[in-house]
Amino acid sequence: MKATLSIQRGALGATPHQDTFDIPFEHGQSILDGLRAIRRSMDPSLAFRFSCINANACKECMMLIDGKVDYACTVRLKEGMTTLAPLPKKALIRDLVTEIAPPDERLMLRS
Amino acid sequence: MTSPPPNTLVPAHLEADVLVIGAGGAGMYAALEAAKGGASVILADRSLIGRGGATVMAQMTVAAALGEQTPDHWEHHFADTLAAGRGLCDERLAALLCEDGPQRLREMDAWKVGWAREDGHIKQAQAPGHDRPRCAYVDFLSTGPAVSKTLRTQLNNASGIRRIGDLTIVDIALRYGEACGATALHLPTGQAVTLAAKAVVIATGGLTGLYRRNSASSNMGGDGYALALRAGAELIDMEFVQFFPIGHLAPRLVGMDPIMWDPFRYKLGGKLLNSEMREFEADYATKDARSDGTYKLTRDLATYAITKEVEAGRGSPAGGAYLSFQHVPEAEIRKAFGPVVDRLAENGIDLAQRPVEVAPIAHYHMGGIRVDEMMATGVPGLFACGEAVGGANGANRLSGNAITEAFVFGARAGRSAAERAKQNASMWSADAAKSAIDLLRSASKRDAPNPAAVIVKLQAVMADDVGPFRTDAKLRSAISAIAQLKADIGDTPFASVEAFDPVRADWLDLRNMFAVAQSVAVPALARTESRGAHQRDDHLGLNDAWSVNQIVAMADGDMTLRKVMPTTGKAAA
Repeated sequence: MKATLSIQRGALGATPHQDTFDIPFEHGQSILDGLRAIRRSMDPSLAFRFSCINANACKECMMLIDGKVDYACTVRLKEGMTTLAPLPKKALIRDLVTEIAPPDERLMLRS
Repeated sequence: MTSPPPNTLVPAHLEADVLVIGAGGAGMYAALEAAKGGASVILADRSLIGRGGATVMAQMTVAAALGEQTPDHWEHHFADTLAAGRGLCDERLAALLCEDGPQRLREMDAWKVGWAREDGHIKQAQAPGHDRPRCAYVDFLSTGPAVSKTLRTQLNNASGIRRIGDLTIVDIALRYGEACGATALHLPTGQAVTLAAKAVVIATGGLTGLYRRNSASSNMGGDGYALALRAGAELIDMEFVQFFPIGHLAPRLVGMDPIMWDPFRYKLGGKLLNSEMREFEADYATKDARSDGTYKLTRDLATYAITKEVEAGRGSPAGGAYLSFQHVPEAEIRKAFGPVVDRLAENGIDLAQRPVEVAPIAHYHMGGIRVDEMMATGVPGLFACGEAVGGANGANRLSGNAITEAFVFGARAGRSAAERAKQNASMWSADAAKSAIDLLRSASKRDAPNPAAVIVKLQAVMADDVGPFRTDAKLRSAISAIAQLKADIGDTPFASVEAFDPVRADWLDLRNMFAVAQSVAVPALARTESRGAHQRDDHLGLNDAWSVNQIVAMADGDMTLRKVMPTTGKAAA
């Protein structure tokens, strides 16, 4: 089976663009499995947050999946196109990474 | 308007009495106790505060002699811990873990962690290797998230603790051989940050991210061990990596921790079956005097049993063993695990109907940074706590000791660090950060191997050749493969972009992972016996001559190895 992920790319301040990746997958694999596979075999610069990988414990991999806020670790890969975008109501850092930490748990540096 | 490239900027600089690196259970506890001791604290994590690390992943057991379920005394817990450690425990650290454990669990109870209760008392489950029910937990499989949330709430309410996520520590800053802070990479901007501190606590957790199949968070590549080594501290028992015997293997399970089957077994039993659908644990139980001959093999023996069944051609289709709950009435499964049953159903798993497949998975590191009972390393000003510390659990850790160790050692390290900060002026000098700043500034975009793929290669080497069952040939092959992969990535970081660059982060991880992988493989090669989690197919059985700890250190960039007798005697109160 083959999934196509269309991913919004770019850092804050730049015009975002879409990159499309085709990835083979097995039944039951998650969007996060797909993103990690893209980094390993196609584009290691793709940025997304995750920590616990599998457990849905860290809650860091939240993003917009086909227009809906969800966790990349629990939504499954599917055949055909899936679109991924950063959370719309959080400040963008780059690609799928947004500023999700509470303000008092961040270091503010000018970039 | 374009801003100057970040690598030409003067690094941002922060100061505190105490710097705690890593915001899992141990790091959060250390920060709380250091603040309680009057210190100003920076709590830094490369992930988000209280979200990464191993604590949040814990599903169930936290061992302490609370005596709530049945009468108990910490010395019984101590005896079980030493027995599991196969003669290698640092008795001071093991005693501290067991003696202070109840106090910490009660503190967490007062902070409303929500330990499961029954008839008005904290409910304690029995886990393998414990002589009685001793493990508290939070239903349903929520121990880690509940513990993390509780500590985060305490952090929010405490004063004097500055929490900073997305900050990767590159190196400990040293002056006259003493720790005086650290140098870090701020991931969102790609900028260097220097941190001055009178005491530094490493609470970065373990190294299971070095292995292909692991139950770790993504940030568990052993960076704290590498930070300690490069700072001049010693590591102990590095050859002892715990494999969790029944990590989930198939069918693909998402949204749940792969080690979730242990709590099911504690509550419901559960049968390990081979491809002949025959229970096999009893075949291996006689090898261990502490096993009662039922299903309760300690983790090292269960890992051995499953691996040997697979080798004998009696494995499950995906290469593990079957774990079956088909003998348990459906209503009982529902009563014990409530909503978890529905989460399993979403993954196509119905325990009453079909078994799942399980196999050993890298889970915990017994080895780690060598500390005394105050959690001080040999480097003045440098402390460690939690899984980052080695010695308390010897050659094999009991189920339930990891979270307890995070609480107890975290609290002790925080107190010691605050004490040190009180008695010493800041030793900070910008020179102490120079080599790490230079390293960060040397990052470049260049034709280079994909670092995410190199990590996968390293994980394969570790899993295949430095896994639970080792031989001289495999270990030698691993050591040379590690050296080759290390040469492939060079001495200066790869970079792709400035903001949140996973390429740069992976390179910095690999720099640490290679040092740590070597610090596991080298003592594993030297230890020509089988003990606890270190099993040598070419040196079967325990050899009394090896009732020693191996110490890894770094001198002028070279790794050194020596033996010491295990530390005996109870910790000073």
